[in-house]
Amino acid sequence: MLSLVIFLPVVAALGLYAFPRPGPRVVSGLWIGAAVVDLALVVAMWVRYGGGIGYETDLRWIPSVRAGYHVGVDGLSLPLLALTALLFLACAVYSGGRSRAFAALFLALQTVCLGLFAALDLLLFFVFFDLSIVGMYFVIAGWGHGDRLRAALKFFLYTFLGSLVLLLGFIGLYLGAEPHTFDMVELSRTPPQVAAPGLVLLAIGVGLAIKTPVVPFHTWLPPAHTNAPAAGSAILAGIMLKMGVYGLARIAMPMLPDAWRRYAWVIVVVGVLSVLYGALVALAQQDLKRLIAYTSVNHMGYAVLALGAAGLGTAHVEAHRLAVTGAVTQMVSHGLITGALFLLTGVLYDRARSYELDSFGGVAGNAPLFAGLLAVGAFASLGLPGLSGFIAEFQIFTGTIGSGGAGGVVAGALAVVGILITAALFLGALRRVLLGAPGELSGRVTDLTAREAVAIVPLLGLSLVVGIVPRFLLDVIEPAAALVVSLVAR
Amino acid sequence: MMMNENPADLLPELCVLGGAVLGLLCGMFLPRARQWIVGVLCAAALVAGLVFAGLAARRADMTVFESFVLDPVTHVTRGVVLAATLFVVVLAMRPLRGDRRETEFYVLVLLAALGAVVMGMTSDLLVLVAGYLVASIPAYALAGFAKDAAGTEAALKYYLMGAFFGIFMLAGIALLYGAGRATSYEALGAGPGGVVAVGVVGLLAGLFFKAGVVPAHFWVPDVAQGASRVVAAFVTTVPKVGAFAALYRVAVGFGGGFDLSLLLALVAAATMTLGNLAAFGQDNVRRLLGYSTISQAGYLLVPVAVAGRSGMAEPAVLYYLAAYAITNVGAFAVVVAAGRDEVDGYRGFARRSPLVAVALVICLLGLIGTPPTAVFVGKLLMFGAAVDGGYGWLAVVAAVNSVASVFYYLRWVVPMFARGDEWAGALDRRAAVLAVIAAVGSVVVGVGSGVVLAL
Repeated sequence: MLSLVIFLPVVAALGLYAFPRPGPRVVSGLWIGAAVVDLALVVAMWVRYGGGIGYETDLRWIPSVRAGYHVGVDGLSLPLLALTALLFLACAVYSGGRSRAFAALFLALQTVCLGLFAALDLLLFFVFFDLSIVGMYFVIAGWGHGDRLRAALKFFLYTFLGSLVLLLGFIGLYLGAEPHTFDMVELSRTPPQVAAPGLVLLAIGVGLAIKTPVVPFHTWLPPAHTNAPAAGSAILAGIMLKMGVYGLARIAMPMLPDAWRRYAWVIVVVGVLSVLYGALVALAQQDLKRLIAYTSVNHMGYAVLALGAAGLGTAHVEAHRLAVTGAVTQMVSHGLITGALFLLTGVLYDRARSYELDSFGGVAGNAPLFAGLLAVGAFASLGLPGLSGFIAEFQIFTGTIGSGGAGGVVAGALAVVGILITAALFLGALRRVLLGAPGELSGRVTDLTAREAVAIVPLLGLSLVVGIVPRFLLDVIEPAAALVVSLVAR
Repeated sequence: MMMNENPADLLPELCVLGGAVLGLLCGMFLPRARQWIVGVLCAAALVAGLVFAGLAARRADMTVFESFVLDPVTHVTRGVVLAATLFVVVLAMRPLRGDRRETEFYVLVLLAALGAVVMGMTSDLLVLVAGYLVASIPAYALAGFAKDAAGTEAALKYYLMGAFFGIFMLAGIALLYGAGRATSYEALGAGPGGVVAVGVVGLLAGLFFKAGVVPAHFWVPDVAQGASRVVAAFVTTVPKVGAFAALYRVAVGFGGGFDLSLLLALVAAATMTLGNLAAFGQDNVRRLLGYSTISQAGYLLVPVAVAGRSGMAEPAVLYYLAAYAITNVGAFAVVVAAGRDEVDGYRGFARRSPLVAVALVICLLGLIGTPPTAVFVGKLLMFGAAVDGGYGWLAVVAAVNSVASVFYYLRWVVPMFARGDEWAGALDRRAAVLAVIAAVGSVVVGVGSGVVLAL
């Protein structure tokens, strides 16, 4: 069933080419249809999920290096799979009328992203990791705007470098295991005896940090986002940035527990830096899309900080669990909120061909629904209670501060400052775009169409649901988070 | 290991030789309009050779005539060389139809392929020289086949370089023979250290030339650009296969006093870096592919350098060779199909023929090493062998080079998808089909690498 979920979109993409010359309605219909079915299957999997590794498939792929097609879901991957299916559906609805190639590329990307979160084999993980880069390169280069080729090339070069460094780290893990294997389950069960664990962790950490991205490896992100089409940005920020943090929790922590604990403070520092730097740079932006892009650096920083804090000592297990749960919740929450925000900026660009904050003002008057949703998204992003961001960030701060020692307290306190800055910047942005005197381009901004509203409202609605009744999500995440913490504490 | 002197064990090679001789004889009597029959004959000989090679691969390892080893290295060399040659022969049939020297082309290609196989399967230095010459001399003629200025220049450069490094090779072998009193690889490294060192370096010079490895790489871009497109596909693929198989055998057999492994590692690093740096500025796609094959040769040399130090070295060399061959001929098939040499000549090509454009994208991404293509698995094994063999730094150099190579491969991809440009020109349909087959093959070999590696 899991393999069906993974490969259904790419089969649908091939199906698009079975028609001789499909009209936009056929393309859009097939795309949305495939995404709906895929989401329904993921929801069914969620309902029937019974803990542990579910829906496992383990086939031999390259036996001579002991790499297999090994997929399965657990509490870490299930929420992200659901997020992926939902966000891709939102993009399918939002992008009605796009060409066949665009739809096929997104469907293929959906397969890649689902496959990555389901992979239980390092090589399989890497295959999907690399393909996500190639797919997003073509999205930006083919359908972006502005200086799209340059931004796409920078994105490709930067993240491809990260992926190769990651591959070297994986080879380090492979050679450290006895017998050599790429199987994640086996590697997590008995951590490989790597000759230079610090170096391997560095390789894996840098590879994933580029993808996440954390300061100082984030410089590819703003141009990629600014020049990507709205749906591309939503996927890039909503799904693909998660691959980095997910990889840390799935691969680095369980497989290199000693090294993780030894260098946890480095990860905490990097996390805090990302939180503060991302927030401060976002504060200075004049371009709404760049602003949201930098808040992604800030938000992913919280998740990295939490994972680092989970490696500080072994005494405060409860706090560590809380931190890891918070990190996973943050990934889901950020995916929902940032996906919605990027689609909303896409609406702005669609109408006015600009993201400049100063060109707008008083938009709330002519586009009330747009204004309302942008406000909800901004408040969710800055962590207002009642929305999903609060649940995630509250757990992260509590977990970090409680993780033991003065270091955790200082890191947590510094990270709280990040919330303050994001609150300031979002309120400022809302004021400049939505309120005040109309700007030169405000007149062009008409309200959301029904299609756009159908794409965006459910994302924010779900953020609200998670914010008010988070148990259904936390019940899935918590056992997996506890497992990760126990693996790190070995 | 079993020894015998049964000529039937060399059936694949005899098929190729027979095809060449028979083709030459037939060509003398056939009218020009019907010389294509020779092409079909040669293709049939290659298919027969492939079948026999496949059958031979099922038997136990042995040595025949005391100088030809039948082991996995030989089986892969045979398979890859014969298959790549078959690809080139089919690719050439259309552009060469009715050419004055159509027959000669097929015969020369077959003979050069025979030389490459001999180089790869021998375990004797003298047979290696014979293979070197058989592989080289037809290739010189092929480079200048069109008799135009660019081709003549390419042929002359190719010949002069080949003769120059061939002399080194002969001198080196003479020294090794004198020092070790035998020409078998098993005796390689016996004798006084200094003489052996000089001898091995001379021997390597010749192999480096065939493999297109720094510092014997200068001919590669010139021949890739100057010779005809089909010949370029051939000489950047087939001789390299034989050369790397021979290099691997030498590296395994060498038992001398100095660190051959380190030397090869340094050469590998220099080769991949120089090839990449030189490829950056190229606007001619054939020259670009020429430099790209140099950088690929650098990656290929990495597992050769750790031969004997890591169990992954042999599968890495053999798998990478097969992956490289299929991907490289695929990229050249697109050049043949489009008939354009300039990067700008590909503007809007994706609109004219989306399938061929996608095939080229797959081949170029394959050369970068993107999964799930074949070269990705080759690179994975290469990285693994390097780290396992204690050359972590070399793996890092190779990784950085792979990233750098993205830049110039994408320079070719981007114009194809440029909007608003019409690509006007004739498409060679046969070459287009072959390009798609190669691209599909590269993905199939990559995804099915488990099956391939098990063979």
